[in-house]
Amino acid sequence: MREFIQYITSYLGSNQTPGTAGNIFWVVVYVLLVFTGISLGVIAMNWLERKILAHMQVRLGPMRVGPHGLLQPFADALKLLLKEDLIPAEADSVIFWCAPFMVVLAAFTVFVVVPFGPTHAITDMNIGILFMLGVSSLSVLGIVMAGWASNSHYPLIGALRSSAQMVSYEVAMGMAVVSVILMTSLNAVGTGTLSMIGIVQAQLAQHEWFIFKFFPLGLIAFFIFAVAMVAETNRAPFDLAEAESELTAGFHTEYSGFRWSLFFLAEYGAMMAASSIAVTLWLGGWLRPFPNMLAGAGWDQLFSFIPGASFLFLAGLCFYSTARMPKHPYFRIQTIGLAGFGALLGLVGLILFIPPVRAWVQDIFWFSAKVAGFMYLYIWYRGTFPRYRFDQLMKMGWKVLLPMGLGILILTAGVALYQQNLWHP
Amino acid sequence: MTNQNTLSHVDLETPEKPFLDANELVINMGPQHPATHGVLRVILRLDGEKVLGLECVIGYLHRGVEKIGEHRTYTMFNPYVDRMDYVAAVSNGLGYCETVEKLLNVEAPPRAQHVRVILTELNRIASHQLWLGTHALDIGAITPLFYTFRDREEILKIYEKYCGARLTTHAFRIGGLQYETYAGFEKEVKNFLNFFRPKIDEYEELLTTNRIWLERTKGVGKISAQDCIALGVTGPVLRASGMKWDLRKAQPYACYKNFDFEIPIGQNGDTYDRYLVRMVEMRQSVRIIEQALGALPEGPIMAKVPKVMKPPAGEVYHSIEAPKGELGYFIVSDGSTQPYRVRVRPPSFVNLQALDLMCRGQLVADVIAVIGTLDIVLGEVDR
Repeated sequence: MREFIQYITSYLGSNQTPGTAGNIFWVVVYVLLVFTGISLGVIAMNWLERKILAHMQVRLGPMRVGPHGLLQPFADALKLLLKEDLIPAEADSVIFWCAPFMVVLAAFTVFVVVPFGPTHAITDMNIGILFMLGVSSLSVLGIVMAGWASNSHYPLIGALRSSAQMVSYEVAMGMAVVSVILMTSLNAVGTGTLSMIGIVQAQLAQHEWFIFKFFPLGLIAFFIFAVAMVAETNRAPFDLAEAESELTAGFHTEYSGFRWSLFFLAEYGAMMAASSIAVTLWLGGWLRPFPNMLAGAGWDQLFSFIPGASFLFLAGLCFYSTARMPKHPYFRIQTIGLAGFGALLGLVGLILFIPPVRAWVQDIFWFSAKVAGFMYLYIWYRGTFPRYRFDQLMKMGWKVLLPMGLGILILTAGVALYQQNLWHP
Repeated sequence: MTNQNTLSHVDLETPEKPFLDANELVINMGPQHPATHGVLRVILRLDGEKVLGLECVIGYLHRGVEKIGEHRTYTMFNPYVDRMDYVAAVSNGLGYCETVEKLLNVEAPPRAQHVRVILTELNRIASHQLWLGTHALDIGAITPLFYTFRDREEILKIYEKYCGARLTTHAFRIGGLQYETYAGFEKEVKNFLNFFRPKIDEYEELLTTNRIWLERTKGVGKISAQDCIALGVTGPVLRASGMKWDLRKAQPYACYKNFDFEIPIGQNGDTYDRYLVRMVEMRQSVRIIEQALGALPEGPIMAKVPKVMKPPAGEVYHSIEAPKGELGYFIVSDGSTQPYRVRVRPPSFVNLQALDLMCRGQLVADVIAVIGTLDIVLGEVDR
């Protein structure tokens, strides 16, 4: 027993990720934490997407279940779990059964190497980014399986579209990623890194987020990735695989209930995974804004208050809405609920002000805030853009993004060589 | 000069050959499909994503409106026509009332005619708004739908205040109007026009120069003016292919000849041109309503019409420019209180037969765009 406790505590002092330190107990804890976090994120996204989209479209969105529809995702989850579990008679039931798990597995495994902070990752692989790209592209397999096993025309077309789309955008995506890996090699040692943590540390060491590196080269690479990642996750305006006006629901037309919700979970998980790649590679991962311009202990102190302050701000919003709730007795439970939610947020905010927590949480906060920014962009795209047609999508991938990515790669390599005095044109 | 009654290049009887000798995919789109605007069923023959040919199956909403007409008196049949094109019910009513008036040889008094024009043009705006919202939704832009529905609500409120109904209004009677306009009608319509003018810009801001919108609509579903004439296609679809044909100008009815407005035309006959034509039509409707409001005369609203209508034996065809195209009524009277035969020439039904021609060689996604741009209402197609 004592050995076990010792085994647990032995990790606490280390400044490595549990995976790197080889401590299985903490790996399991971290896996559970990340899994819970992502699931919570998906639930929050479910509500936020409906609300934000609704407000863009001059309507209110969910308002009935809980105050401002806050409990709507739980009601939906319950409904989906209680639904009849349908497998069409003509479907290939084994593959039909496997496909959603395949997609979820791919979406969630990616988070093994996502660095929420210098030590807040499940593990730090030296091929981290390769692992991420590799595993995330496995989800296409699940989609093709779903489309094929459904044994129906619309899912089949959806699956074919999706596979073609993901394969072609991955190439452009890879080019953009390689240009970042070239940038990481601009140090005294002259060797780059594929490790996700290493990439962020390279940005710290070079005093620059890679989005601003070799302006505008980093920016263009980021742009390519940002477009490709929307296509990769099958979201609007590239949501051809599930284009509801053409293919009813695309590859998951025949799915319902829990299996359908797994696809939903995987879609949002994949969105978060792609966003966290973009954040890590270009936006400085867990680093706070202006780490160099506003450097110094005073600024560090100030920025460390922001997580708590932002939660307090949300709590304030909740209290403001509580005050504006109708006074009718019918709304009493909702009003109490909203005030309670506000109090919860306020409590979290206050806890985040406690010094050790403050130091511990701010990496995670900045990382999540950046990812949240991307999630907002996803919703914004969906509210604004019409959908691309299949051939136009392909044209864009192969004829615009790929040449652009190649060009950026060559230019970045050239500039990098020139800066290190290895190349004299 | 070529014969105007032959189609230019496509043999509609036999579908195209697939490019490769692969299996063709025959898929069934509708009648329960989110983008076929009701219960249209389209059987698509596909080579991968390319459309080799398609066939429309209609009749899922057939209610026998024309047959009902033979068993109702002229007055009793009036509300039924609202149920054909239910998004442009006022236009249907106008067409029917004018046709029977022509048969009876009476004319609605000027005030009634002006109110008719105002309500019909409001209806044109409402119909185009519904078209824009659903068309954009089909192409994947989900937001315009909510904007257009928000603004369409204002028009429906005016209808509700005028005659108590929002959609199937039964606003007009044979010989004029049943109701005098309510107090504040003119002010409310004027307010709506002022409210609506910037809203058109708002819609256009979202779509007109949107890169994806341009790519999805330019060159999609092209149809030449000659093919339009051969197929009998009318309305904005015909005008977008460059024919300046609008019954409001060509065969003025009601009091359209008093008003000054332009007929927008396109050049390419593609989906984007049809979009632009309809957007300009909304602006022109605003102009017409403004003029009609300014010149709204005082006076009676009902012509002298017998209580029991027995039109002299004979037949009449009269057509108006409904939002979707030429809406014609052919009524045969045998001198009794009921029509011997009513035949409706609905624009949606006639326009729909161009679907195959417009979709050949395009992709599946374009079929959706073309159905949207044809602006069909299945209630009118099936009657």
